[in-house]
Amino acid sequence: MNLLKEVFMKYGYFPGCSQTGSAKEYDISLRKVIEKLGVSFDEIEDWSCCGATSAHVTNHKLSTALAMRNIMLAEQQGMENIIAPCAACYNRLIMSQFEIANHSGIRKETEELLSASFQKDVKVFNVLELFLNIGIDKIIENRKRELNDLKVACYYGCLLVRPSGLTKFDDAEQPESMEKIAEATGAKTIDWNYKVECCGAAHSIARRDIVVDLSKKILDDAKYHGANVMIVACPMCHTNLDMRQRVMKRTYPEHEDFPVLYITELIGLALGMDEKELGIDLHFIDFNYKDLVPENSGVG
Amino acid sequence: MKIGVFICHCGENISSTVDCPRVAKICESYPGVEYSVDYKYMCSDPGQNLIREAIQLYKLDAIVIGSCSPHMHERTFRNAAFSAGINPFMVEIANLREHCSWVHDDIESSTLKAIELVRMAIEKVKRDKPLSKINVPVTKRVLVIGGGIAGIQAALDVANAGYEVVLVEKEPSIGGHMSQLSETFPTLDCSQCILTPRMVEVHQHPKIKLLTYSEVVKVEGFIGNFKVTIKKKARHINEDLCSGCGMCISKCPIKKKAYNSFEEDLAFRSAVYIPFSQAIPNIPVIDETVCTYFQTGKCGMCLKVCDRGAINFDQKDTVMVADIGAIIVATGYKLYDIERKSADLKYKGYGEYGYGKYRDVIDGLQFERIASASGPTSGEMKRPSDGKEPKKIVFIQCVGSRDDSKGISYCSKICCMYTAKQAMLYRHKVHDGEAYVFYMDIRAGGKMYEEFVRRAIEEDKVKYIRGRVSRIYEENGKYIVKGEDTIAGMPVEIDADMVVLATAMIPQDNAPALARTIGIPYDKYGFFNESHPKLKPVESTTAGVFLAGACQSPKDIPESVAMASAAACKTIILLSSDTLEREPVVAKVNEDLCAGCFYCQKVCPFGAVEVKDVKDINGIVYKEVAFINQGVCQGCGTCTATCLSKSIELSGFNNEEIFAEIAAL
Ligand SMILES: Cc1cc2nc3c(=O)[nH]c(=O)nc-3n(C[C@H](O)[C@H](O)[C@H](O)COP(=O)(O)OP(=O)(O)OC[C@H]3O[C@@H](n4cnc5c(N)ncnc54)[C@H](O)[C@@H]3O)c2cc1C
Repeated sequence: MNLLKEVFMKYGYFPGCSQTGSAKEYDISLRKVIEKLGVSFDEIEDWSCCGATSAHVTNHKLSTALAMRNIMLAEQQGMENIIAPCAACYNRLIMSQFEIANHSGIRKETEELLSASFQKDVKVFNVLELFLNIGIDKIIENRKRELNDLKVACYYGCLLVRPSGLTKFDDAEQPESMEKIAEATGAKTIDWNYKVECCGAAHSIARRDIVVDLSKKILDDAKYHGANVMIVACPMCHTNLDMRQRVMKRTYPEHEDFPVLYITELIGLALGMDEKELGIDLHFIDFNYKDLVPENSGVG
Repeated sequence: MKIGVFICHCGENISSTVDCPRVAKICESYPGVEYSVDYKYMCSDPGQNLIREAIQLYKLDAIVIGSCSPHMHERTFRNAAFSAGINPFMVEIANLREHCSWVHDDIESSTLKAIELVRMAIEKVKRDKPLSKINVPVTKRVLVIGGGIAGIQAALDVANAGYEVVLVEKEPSIGGHMSQLSETFPTLDCSQCILTPRMVEVHQHPKIKLLTYSEVVKVEGFIGNFKVTIKKKARHINEDLCSGCGMCISKCPIKKKAYNSFEEDLAFRSAVYIPFSQAIPNIPVIDETVCTYFQTGKCGMCLKVCDRGAINFDQKDTVMVADIGAIIVATGYKLYDIERKSADLKYKGYGEYGYGKYRDVIDGLQFERIASASGPTSGEMKRPSDGKEPKKIVFIQCVGSRDDSKGISYCSKICCMYTAKQAMLYRHKVHDGEAYVFYMDIRAGGKMYEEFVRRAIEEDKVKYIRGRVSRIYEENGKYIVKGEDTIAGMPVEIDADMVVLATAMIPQDNAPALARTIGIPYDKYGFFNESHPKLKPVESTTAGVFLAGACQSPKDIPESVAMASAAACKTIILLSSDTLEREPVVAKVNEDLCAGCFYCQKVCPFGAVEVKDVKDINGIVYKEVAFINQGVCQGCGTCTATCLSKSIELSGFNNEEIFAEIAAL
């Protein structure tokens, strides 16, 4: 069974814009981790923006066409399954696929725009689905250390599990898949209230005040429930929760730094890689696993 | 044969797209047609007179009416024909409205289609044979299933008319949900006070046989002649000996193993118990699943303390069969459960409200118990988690209902009213408390209902916020209710001590199974279907089976009672004659041709097909054939179409008649 799975475990990779810039470490850690887990990637050649940012609020046609352009390329390059690690890309891609499948008018219009016709069903996965596909056992098997000293708040944000009719891999209101994956690293997970609240990503530039308030609430609730680190699977969330902590301090001087990792970085640590290798040193808020380990515990 | 053709304009419903005078004119020259005419309203009194006079004047043998659907006025026209002296089954209807004028807009082509439709009917009526009604005897006893307020009302009405009633209730006591309510809108009178006298009346009525802790397991037969099998579950108490003293209950050592479902799981009950102190009958039940004696063979404390020797551990379920003339189904409702039910994707549950993990987030019936003087807190406002008095309470309406994504699109109808009532009761009990209500719309249609809601807002200062709640979570012992005030256009956050969810009324879990046992249809949710939404609201589509109360759709008490009395009245009409007339449009089997494959039995939706032995002159069975019970058959024709050997004929729709219609096209 496992063998069979491995044979089919070849994915197309749609990095998305963030992965090449602000979320570089997400890209680095993802590539390293899946390589260790024996899965391989082919980056979609000539991929472009998915339309998740400005396009989908300003021009519906454009946002669908941009997303479908990438799906079309994947199809033409013989990819049946693709990974979209950014939650916003993931959301845009599956929404566009849904619209194409359910509205013949939009399908026709988009096909005309792209001078192509969509034949095959290209399946888009997010990172949580990817690890569930690979199998939690696989992480446990390859684990080099147990991250026992981490108390992790798993933050899904709004796009990863919604809309519930489309993202069927987990419950939209009380999701649990990220916890399952995190626990495979030996870390503890906490039960908290804000795991699917919005961090204000869409307003990241225009209304920083909103973002600061929303992000602060999320970080505070995680701390209140005993977490010492937060993990995310979305570059937008990461920007708001990691980078914005500095601005947060201006409004809330009492705010204390709280580390936010990508889920891939957490897994990477468990698989024996160090912070630098995984790009964790690129974060605004420092994180070093050793700092969390009580002295004399002999781990590290 | 002389045929008359009558084309109706239906005001403008038909005539606006069909040239009615032209249809009538053309039919005049059709072979066999003696007389043909059009008229504005054929169903009106002058219209019917026109038909009657024509029948007599032209000595017509059969008539064809081009009008609305036969569902609407077939009976009207048959009666008219009958009163003019021709057999009512020598009347055919060509549906020129639903099948023609309403669905087309081009006058020329719809007129041509109308002509064809009428011609088909003429060809059929030429081959029609006079039929006469079938008479069946009637058993003068009524079965009422469900002993909530609807079942109680129906049983009393029928019994007071002098007929015998068998009332079957699955729980140990009658009373239904009304017995759990504290006070009732719109008058705030105490629910128990108005209900218990009626329960006692049922118990003491000489014409009512009360079977509690019982269920209907099989229904055979047909209108006027049902045979109903009822299972009486073992109480392990001899009902004839028990005096209801309650000694067994107070001495039972098992106190906290089972939740008290009457208290909506807010309290425990002993292993031997009565559901509540006014229970009818006042006879306990032993719950085998928690009783030490049944689990380990030891204890027997109740046996020792009962001085009447009424405890009987060996008692078994018993089964009885009753002859019944008519059935009233009044099995009521239950509430939508917000817990996650992975097996039941139909109802998604509420993750945003914690899937039931917060103890102080309760549903409406739990609130009723907390507010009730006989409830677990003796009517004091105390929240379940720590018994503290909630100073801030939030009510959320439309939980589950009016939300396709949660599986239910209908409005649960009564929640606006009971939420207003509950918020009011809260304010009467906690003077310094704040009550908030989140609502989508207020639907308070009913006598004194809107006034009641206004009273909650104006006199009792309940704060109404229009908007939905997106999330509830716990923080420092408070429940943070996050929602939207759509009038102010602002998000709101309330730190409540307790939250009450007005969860949707849904059918009882066993409703579809019961419907299949009885043979009545139900909708996609499991509510039983009425025969006609306007004109037959208390009849099911199965003859002799009637509906009452919340098993048909969400209803409050006044509506349930009105429906129960209406259903009772319908059954009384049925039982008032010694025999019943049934429509003669039924299927018959040609026994010589029948090959005994019984496909017809498999497809019959009414269970009308029986197996009949055919014997030779020596009385030896030599083959089995299908036999159609004429009392049960509804004339749908499914068997006729299914029969491989063409040995079933549906009177009024035989092959010759149908083929003639088709050939006329
Ligand atoms: C929170 C809340 C507050 C309410 N407040 C008010 C109010 O203030 N005023 C008002 O007018 N209405 C109120 N109602 C509505 C009221 O409860 C109903 O209108 C009423 O109970 C309906 O009566 P019923 O007999 O149809 O159903 P039910 O009360 O549900 O009774 C049905 C009975 O049938 C039995 N049964 C079920 N299945 C079977 C079976 N297969 N075989 C045998 N027996 C069976 C059940 O055990 C039950 O005893 C309220 C409802 C709720 C949820």
